[in-house]
Amino acid sequence: MAEAATAHAEMSAADEHHWTSTGLDSRKIAIWGFIGSECLFFASLISTYLVYKGKSLVGPLPHAESQCMLHGKMQACEGVFETPLVTAGTGILLLSSLFVVLALYGAQKGNRKMLLGWLSATVLCGIFFVSMQVYEFTHFYHKGMGYSTNLFSSTFFTLTGFHGSHVSLGVIWLSTMLILALRGKLPPEKSLNLELAALYWHFVDVVWIVIFPVVYLMR
Amino acid sequence: MDAHSAAHGHDDAHHPTPGMYVKIGLVLFVLTFFEVAAYEVGHRPGAILHSFVEPIVVPLLLVLSAAKFALVAMFYMHLKQDSKVFTNLFVWPIGLAAGLIVALIVLARLWHLASF
Repeated sequence: MAEAATAHAEMSAADEHHWTSTGLDSRKIAIWGFIGSECLFFASLISTYLVYKGKSLVGPLPHAESQCMLHGKMQACEGVFETPLVTAGTGILLLSSLFVVLALYGAQKGNRKMLLGWLSATVLCGIFFVSMQVYEFTHFYHKGMGYSTNLFSSTFFTLTGFHGSHVSLGVIWLSTMLILALRGKLPPEKSLNLELAALYWHFVDVVWIVIFPVVYLMR
Repeated sequence: MDAHSAAHGHDDAHHPTPGMYVKIGLVLFVLTFFEVAAYEVGHRPGAILHSFVEPIVVPLLLVLSAAKFALVAMFYMHLKQDSKVFTNLFVWPIGLAAGLIVALIVLARLWHLASF
């Protein structure tokens, strides 16, 4: 009788996560498959940036002084990158990865205070990173670097812009999770919903771990 | 492993603790500090260790970046505890992506050499 009850309880738990031939949740396999395909997407953008690196005929350039077309005439302009600002953004994004994993731990253990606190902090970090990027892009534009100014600007804006749009999507996804958690609709048995969002967020973080040195630190 | 853990593809008994996550976070920050330090020292002629760091700055940055990538994937994305299916779904595309980057750079170099 007790064995039957245990078997029934296990089947109910398994039903909650759907039966699959692999024994793994289909949604988790799907998100990993999606992340795998995204690796190739970002690889194509990174390789395009690297292939055209150093091939711009006019400025502004990332680090070096160059000749730029400003206010209708060619004049000397300095390198555009602000490494301290981007380093701060990188630190915040790394911090957000720590926060989301702590929020997931709270969700899995049924610790509502931990879940809400760390998840709110993650969303705030994401908003800070996107704001940093918006400021950086605006700053570049005022220094005379538009999307089609030179090969560097086109490849740079495409690569970091797509990453920024992924971060924005992650912020929206995590905010949705935060609203669900606030309404009490993210109990431990539904923590997989947050785990999927967290996996996506970590992926966005690892992409930046590659972009930061390749784009900002390698001359 | 219970039904819940099995469906999620991980073993709760070997899940890292919050303390472990914080330690990994600290290591990530230290590695980022080394990245920025390598950049500053490697590109500033008057800096201490400049002549030593300058020739190795690119490989050094790549190694530090790979270490950070691996730490996040293994511990924060739980690939160390999760099913190997997920590891395969991630690692094979990364290998393909790295191959794609190298192939495109080599092709562009060859095309550039052929056009002059």
